[in-house]
Order: sequence, then structure tokens, then C-alpha cells
Amino acid sequence: MITAKSVSKSYGDALVVDDVTITLPARGITSIIGPNGAGKSTLLSMMARLVGMDAGHVTIDGLDVVTTPSEALARRLAILRQDNHMTARLTVHDLVTFGRYPYSRGRPTEEDAVHVARALDYLGLTDLSGRFLDELSGGQRQRAFVAMVLCQDTDYVLLDEPLNNLDMKHAASMMRLWRDACRDFGKTVVIVLHDINFASWYSDHIVAMRQGRICRQGTPDEIIRTDALRDIYDMQIDVREIGGRRVCLFYE
Amino acid sequence: MTALRMDVFRGSHANPLLFCAVLFLIVVLAALSLFIGISNVSPSTLFGSGAEDRAMRVLLISRIPRTAAILLAGSALAIAGLVMQIIVRNRFVEPSTAGTTESASLGFLAVTILAPAWPLMAKMGVSALFALAGTALFLRILRFVPLRDVMLVPLVGIMLGGVIGAITTFFAYRFDLLPSVLAWTMGDFSGVLRGRYELLWIGFAATIMAYIAADRFTVAGMGRDFTTNLGLNYKAVMTLGLVLVSIIASVTLVSVGSIPFLGLIVPNIVSLMVGDNMRITVPWVAALGALFVLICDIVGRLMRYPYEIPIGVVVGVVGSAMFLYLLLRKRGPGA
Amino acid sequence: MPEASSGSRFSRPAIVLAGLGLLAAASVVAFMTLGARGSWSFVLSFRGQRLLALILVAYAIAVSTVLFQTVTNNRILTPSIMGFDALYVLVQTSVVFFLGAHMLVLADPYTRFLTEVALMAGFAWVLFRWLFLGEERSLYLLILIGIVFGIFFRSLSAFMQRVLDPNAFQVLQDALFASFQNVDTTLLWMSFALVAAVTLVLWRIAHSFDVLALGRPQAISLGVDYPKTVMTILTMVAVLVAVSTALVGPITFFGLLVASLARALLGTGLHRHVLPAAVLLGIVALVGGQTVLERVFSFNTALSIIVEFLGGLVFIFLIVRGAAR
Repeated sequence: MITAKSVSKSYGDALVVDDVTITLPARGITSIIGPNGAGKSTLLSMMARLVGMDAGHVTIDGLDVVTTPSEALARRLAILRQDNHMTARLTVHDLVTFGRYPYSRGRPTEEDAVHVARALDYLGLTDLSGRFLDELSGGQRQRAFVAMVLCQDTDYVLLDEPLNNLDMKHAASMMRLWRDACRDFGKTVVIVLHDINFASWYSDHIVAMRQGRICRQGTPDEIIRTDALRDIYDMQIDVREIGGRRVCLFYE
Repeated sequence: MTALRMDVFRGSHANPLLFCAVLFLIVVLAALSLFIGISNVSPSTLFGSGAEDRAMRVLLISRIPRTAAILLAGSALAIAGLVMQIIVRNRFVEPSTAGTTESASLGFLAVTILAPAWPLMAKMGVSALFALAGTALFLRILRFVPLRDVMLVPLVGIMLGGVIGAITTFFAYRFDLLPSVLAWTMGDFSGVLRGRYELLWIGFAATIMAYIAADRFTVAGMGRDFTTNLGLNYKAVMTLGLVLVSIIASVTLVSVGSIPFLGLIVPNIVSLMVGDNMRITVPWVAALGALFVLICDIVGRLMRYPYEIPIGVVVGVVGSAMFLYLLLRKRGPGA
Repeated sequence: MPEASSGSRFSRPAIVLAGLGLLAAASVVAFMTLGARGSWSFVLSFRGQRLLALILVAYAIAVSTVLFQTVTNNRILTPSIMGFDALYVLVQTSVVFFLGAHMLVLADPYTRFLTEVALMAGFAWVLFRWLFLGEERSLYLLILIGIVFGIFFRSLSAFMQRVLDPNAFQVLQDALFASFQNVDTTLLWMSFALVAAVTLVLWRIAHSFDVLALGRPQAISLGVDYPKTVMTILTMVAVLVAVSTALVGPITFFGLLVASLARALLGTGLHRHVLPAAVLLGIVALVGGQTVLERVFSFNTALSIIVEFLGGLVFIFLIVRGAAR
């Protein structure tokens, strides 16, 4: 369970996250949606201790993210950001092996090798494991990073806009993958999403932010509604039900 | 894309009164500059005796040429920086961040080694040609940088200058000319005497040219398409600008040595004050350039009296500090 | 990390490292023996000291550059380009400027050196904390700021030297500042001890180097104590730069040359390959280069000039290519 209590953050004069208190349920996919500048990524980054908070605190299973040793947290929580700017030239295998760093500190054991092989296999990267990352396509590279995060074997996975730069096929398979990982391994996945239809289709729980605050949260059925979405995005969004799922039309 | 502010109407905010105040300050400081030095030159010693006197000779042979050299070099270098910034369309270039100064230095070294007997004027010409070639090379390299990051341009220029400087140092070392090269690279007005600074008037002529062609540079600063659309020959304006910059860089290098960052700081300050319309900025840049060098030279002379700290050292400290300020300044959306 | 999925026994990094090792050994032998005349014991101890100094410098510059690039996550910035060795010269000058010239005569060189190294590490710590742990800035802006800082430090040193003693500043400069042909051997053993201590500190956190190269978010996500590790590394980098500048004076582009070349030869970015390769390349370039220039061409001061020339070209190349990508 991830709990944030009275968390605030400002950059200069701009208050980006404004006194947020929220508990994210364990297990399943929680999506964070909201307009640009709502503070979604900043909140996620604070939960993952990438960004310090000005006030409040965040706990993961009762462990305070600021005071708990970073390496202990790394065995419970992994974060993957969209911009994996990396200058080191590494193979896919090297990268995925880094997922075991929190356990073996750079000296991988036999057990780690098993984890690495399993993660590579899970993402269909076994054949590419000897290739350098800069030789891969964008989708393949994204998958390599996901394999690393899986290999880290954490209960909690935080993803910051993981669908950016992916085409529809890869985006859908990325979401299916995390849904399956939640089902198969009992993980808790928190995803910042821009596409509300992906959020509607795959989430178990949706949190909506606006102007640094949580404006609504609930199941997809509670959030993906014309009135709720108007509060969040300030626009008229037509919601239709297709095959028992809600789909948003916002192209008019 | 370009860092230049295109708001030509800002020029109308220029305050003529303030400009007069700057001119007045220059006159006062220039007068002060005449009376600083080891030889006792003061109004009383001057007018207390005949023109044959020592004080008057010092004034005519050393002090007046020195003050004139300061004013000429200061204004010309500041103008060179301004013209360069418009040609390259980048706020952070000037002769010493574009390989121009170093190329001029290499040219002067080459002609000193190969044709030591040539008159100074001819050597200056060769140096100017090298400066032109070096700057053209810089612009050429920039064309391979499709993503023209504002900071990338001076970075390439400084490094190109370093590479050319290494060539110069190497040959200077082989031909035992290292001390003279060091002398050119360190700007210093203490050696200025009558008969040894007059080349700077060529720099002054280039400054006047820049003023005459000011409108063309302003237009060219808005880009090739814009210029062509107005019926101007973009290439010709560019070439004129490059030639003016190269002449100024080599003339000042040969006469007083290099004064780094001057051409970068003064136009930037003027741009913050009165905008970018060259018709208005050229006089401002020339005046503030002269004033800046004048102040730095007086500081260098008084700081450790009776010794002198060369202008290059003083401007190096002040100039790089101000450059850092310009880099670290919180940038607004348009700048 | 285990050898990646490489199948053959002799991977490319292994071959490169072995080749560089041979070249480095050959350079050392040539340096010690070529053109030696007179008593062997004299030659060995005289040249041996210079050799040790050059190797220490190669080691210090290679390690500090590679780690600095890892921490700042780029391939263009180096401590020297960021004005680090200019900072050391400034610290040296400031010590004399503020504490008086008698420092040069009275204080024993070890105390002075240690004071300077401590000051340097302190300054570097503040500077880097501000530059790298604060708000995010564009890489090119950082480089430009670094270069201008370097120019500023150099100008300020020149200014202080002039104010300090306008007549004798050249003499002072010779007494204070070392160069390739004027290796300061009094500090040799102290430098050796410092480098050994730094190596020990780095060794204990060596497992985090590759993880840091993944970038800040990923390193934190993988459990690296980021601020602490980064500041430890930057402090060690500061000490290494101080040692190398104290021994042979500032050389701006040497680190960039060896680090870039090592990466290009190896084709991987793993530190257990890049670090030794960069050090070996440094030894080949410094010891071998100095031998060739001194014994074959009898150019005595040319090495630093050649390094500046080649380094500047590599730098422009890296920048143009990096921007084009």
C-alpha cells in the first residue's frame, strides 16, 4: 500500500503538488490521469524518492521513502521513466542484469541469472540479449527497460507515461503485460497515463489530478463519465459503452 | 532558433540624455587617463612651462596615443562583436569565441616567420586574411551542426580557437617566438606610443562602415529568406560583415593584443538596454565599448601603482565574470 | 556483472586491454632505456621518478575523467573542461595571495599541498553540488559555463599573480606551477599515497559505477544512495585532479582524449573495461608520447601542445556528431 500524507512540492513560485493525501490500493493497476501540469509525474517521482518533497511524507508498506535506505526500497519499489537518456553503451543482457543490483550489488549469483533469463523470456528478448541498446528500435529498447524492472522483482512498479513513443500495437501489449504481471505476480502497478481510453480499459483504479490536487478517484466506472471528466479536463467528453467497457470520444 | 530579439521598435526606448551622460563620462575619464602614469603629467606641469618640456612630450608621445588607442580599440572590438552576433545569429559569439582572434594571431605569426621584413601594414593585412579564413571555417563547421543549440555555437568557436591556438603555440615554440605570441595574446596598452597605434584608425573606419551598413545588418540578422524578400543580397551583407570583423580583430591584435569577451559583453548589455536595431545600437555599443576598456585600463594602472596590470588580465576577469552572469541569468521566454 | 552473452573466450574488450597493456609496457621500457648514458643506478632513479609521476598523472586523469562523465551522464564534459585544473591553479595562487609569499618558503611542501588539495575538494564540492544537483540545465549550457569558469579562474589567477608581485611573478610562476618537463617530484610520494587512498575509497563503491551510468532516475530506482555516491565520486575526482595538476600542471584535453578513445576501442561502456583501458591509454600517450618526442624528435615542450590540438579536434567532432544525432 502506498500512502501519501499532505505532500506538497513547488518549483520556484509554481506550486506543482498541493497538499495531496491519498492511499493507493495494493495489487492491480492504478492509473493517474489529468491535464498537463496537474502534477502527476511529480507526485509519482516523489513516491519513488526521485524528487524530494517540500512537505508531507510518503510511505510504502509503512516504510517512509525519505528515511528508509535507498537499497531497501529498491527491493520493494521500481520506477521507470519515459526518458531513459543513457550514454553508456550496454547490451540488453547487461541492462536487464542491473535489475538484480539491489540484491547482489553488482556480483550476480546463479539465482540472479535465473531471474534475468526469465525476464528476457517474458518480454521475448532472449534472441536480442547480446545486442547493444543503441542498435534496437524504440519499442525493443522500451521492452528491455521493462525487463530490467521486472527483474528487479519488486511488489510496486511505478511507470511514468510508459506509452510515449510507442505505436498502438506496442502500447496495447505494454498495458497487457502489466495487467498480466499484476495477475501473475500480485504486483501493484501505478501508471501515469495521458490516454484516458487506455486508463479506462486496463485500470483497476483511477486517480485524477488537476492543478496539483487529487480531484477524483475511483473505479473506471466512477471516473470515466462525462460529468467527472468535465471536472478533470474542462471539456465535453462523450462516453460510450462498447462490449461492457467505457470508451471516450473527445474528437469533436 | 535565433537568440536575437527581433523587436526593432525597442530602439525607440533609447534615451538620448543617457547617451550624452555616457559620452560625458568618456570625456572625463579620457582626460583622467591622460594624467595617470609614472611621469608627472598634470595640468599644472603642462601649462606651467613651454611646449618643449618633458611633460608635454610624454603627453604627446605616450599619453594621448594611449588614450586614443583605448577608445579606438574598445569601440572597434565591441562593434566587431555586435556584427558577428548578427551574422552568426547567436548572442554569445565574438572574435575570441569564433576562432577569429586566434586565426589573426596565427596569420601574424606566419608572416613574422616567413616575411619578417614586411612593413607592419602588410603583416596586418595577412593577419586579417587569416582571420577571415578562420571565421569562414567556423561558419562552415556550424553548418554541420543542424541542431543549432544557442550554447553550442560559442562552444565550437572556443574549441576551434583552442585548436588554432595550439598550432600557433607549436610553431612559435619551434621558432623561438613564444614570448612575442604571448605578448599579442595578452592585451596591453602600456607599449602604445605615437607611431605604433595608428593602424587602429583602420578599425575606426570599419566601425564607421558598420554604422553606414547598420540597416543591412539588422535586416540580415532576420535571416536569409527575410533579407532576400526585401531585395537585399544576403551573401554580400554577410561578406561585408565578415571582412569588417576580420579587419578589426587583426588591427587590434597587431596594435594592442587581444582583449577577450569585450565584443560579447558590451553588445549584450546594450541589447538589454535598447534592443537590437543596429541604427541605434551601433553608437551605444561603440561608446560603451570605449568606456569599458577605458575604465578597465585605468583600474589596471591604479591597482598596483606604479606597476601596471595589463588590460587583457583585467578584462579577462571582468569579462568572464560578466559572461558567466549572462549565461546564468534567468532567461525570460523571448531571450 | 558477468560477461554478457559473449560466447568466445577472447572478447573484444579482452583483446583491446591486452594490446594496450603490451603497448604501455613497451612505452615504459622505452622511456627507461632509450638514450640512457652513464650510471644505470642514476638513470633508473632519475627516470624512475619521472616515470612514476607520469603514470600517476595518467591514472589520475583517466579515472577522474571517466567517473566524472559517468556521474554527469555525458561523454563531452571532463573535469578539466569544467575548469577544474584552472581551479587548482587558482587555489594555489590564492594560498600565496592571502597567506603571503612566505608560505612558499616557510610551510613545508606537504602541508601546503594537503591544504591546497583540501581547499580544492571543498570548492569543487560546492561548485558541483550547485551545478549538478540543482535544477536541470542543458548539457551545452553546462559545458559553456564550465569553460567560462575555467577562463575566469585562469584570469583571476593571472590577476592575483600580477597584483601579488608584478616584477617577480614569472619566477613565482615557475616555483609554483609544474609542467611536463618540470615534474614536481617533491610531491611524488605524497601524491602516490593520495591516489592510493582515493583508489581504496572508489574500490568500495565501484559496484555502483555502471548503475550510475544508467542515469539518475534508474540509479535511484535500483537503490543507489545517489547524492552520497555522486558527491563521494566528485570529491575523489577533485583530489585526483589536484594531484595531477600539482605534478605536471593543467592539461585540458588529455582526459577527454583517453576516455573517448577507450570507449571507441572497446565498444562497451562497462567500467571494468573502460577504466583500465583509459588508464593504459593514458600511460601509452604520456610515457610513450614523451619518449618519442624527447628522444626521437627532441621536442621538449610539445606534448601538451599536441594534446591540446588533438583534444580540441576530438571535442569539436564529438560536439558536432552529438548535435547531429
